[in-house]
Amino acid sequence: MTTLTHKNKITALLCGITLLNLSFFAIAGEMKDTDTTTAKQNRIEIKDFAFNPQTITVKSGEKVTWINRDEEPHTVVSVEKQFKKSSALDTDQEFTITAGAPGTYNYFCSVHPKMTGTIVVEK
Amino acid sequence: MSDYISHDHEHDGIDRRGFLQCMAWAGTGLLWTVSGGVLASKTLAQIAKAGDSLPSATDLSFLQISDSHIGFSKEANKDVTETFRIALDRINAMPTPPAFLIHTGDITQLSKPEEFDTFDEVLKSCRTKDVFYVPGEHDVLNDGGKLYRERYLKSVEAKGSGWYSFNKNGVHFIGLVNVLDLQAGGLGQLGDDQLDWLEEDVKGLGADTPIVVFAHIPLWAVYPQWGWGTSDSERALGYLKRFGSVTVLNGHIHQVLQKVEGNVTFHTAMSTAFPQPAPGTAAAPGPMKVPAEKLHSMLGLTSVQYKQGKSALAVVDSNLS
Repeated sequence: MTTLTHKNKITALLCGITLLNLSFFAIAGEMKDTDTTTAKQNRIEIKDFAFNPQTITVKSGEKVTWINRDEEPHTVVSVEKQFKKSSALDTDQEFTITAGAPGTYNYFCSVHPKMTGTIVVEK
Repeated sequence: MSDYISHDHEHDGIDRRGFLQCMAWAGTGLLWTVSGGVLASKTLAQIAKAGDSLPSATDLSFLQISDSHIGFSKEANKDVTETFRIALDRINAMPTPPAFLIHTGDITQLSKPEEFDTFDEVLKSCRTKDVFYVPGEHDVLNDGGKLYRERYLKSVEAKGSGWYSFNKNGVHFIGLVNVLDLQAGGLGQLGDDQLDWLEEDVKGLGADTPIVVFAHIPLWAVYPQWGWGTSDSERALGYLKRFGSVTVLNGHIHQVLQKVEGNVTFHTAMSTAFPQPAPGTAAAPGPMKVPAEKLHSMLGLTSVQYKQGKSALAVVDSNLS
């Protein structure tokens, strides 16, 4: 075992611990303009333990679909229980809801609660 | 953090503790006899080979297995049932069988009844029959842990969502649940009910009672960015501070990491299914594909020995290669 390897590992760990105090970051997703004329697909990809896009803006009545691209199961659960929760999604499984009343809907993965996302529903 | 490099006498960015942390991290299958520092180390194989007096002079020996993920079949390990079986073979080959096993969660990949069935069936080959469980998040995916509780908590007096304690050979064991009712944006969580119970549970114990706490997600902040920590673990550890020997055994991160803080030794075990990247070394946690010939060296189990009169428990990791 070389000293260099140790140093690298320690450096990695130190970096991690420095960030530790910042762990409860605020969600500052950008509002995206999703105005299109064609039939629109509101798809959220779950990849590397993150919802992408983290914030999505949709029109009321449109469908929103999540697809899990990780090898780890994830869920989609409304923080305020505003929509039905998904079951655990295995790799490549999808989950779809229909956007309801206008408003902001925060959700997270109940298996990995660090994973959070927001749906903004417009009229 | 000073915890890792506190004495850099040789100005090489490394100190004794930091070096030992790395040794633990590497998961080389060393025996750690810890009492405010590391006193001795030897491999599990050496103990078995040399007929070392340690097993026979030990008052209590038990084994930790973790993260078997039965049902997983992706690239990182297409046959997790087989590697689980190999781990059990290793247990059966030990010169002194462990008194019991502790499984620190993620028995299954997707909480499916057939995955639990496979696990139970394979486990029958193990000579050691007593097994104590705590759930991982993979075991409670869709039903809040109902199926898990029906199957694995029959022999203990579990409270709340499945926590309990028991005594063996003068050692007090506490199994905690930190994978249920998780809050958006947060980490693993014990919750107030469980913490209140813990406070009561240890209240009457003498400070010289050795304590072993086991739970799935680490009870220390290994790497919160990846969810590798428990938000209210500080309160739990507060109730255990007055004890002379506390050993905390966790799973979840699929690699050996150890940290000593006062009288508390934190230790995470390898998985029997697949490795995960070291904290911060990948875009995200999750199954890590390694060359086939390397896989077994990154899977394993943990043996723990307690000898009366010694303040610390010896924790030995051994891999499956």
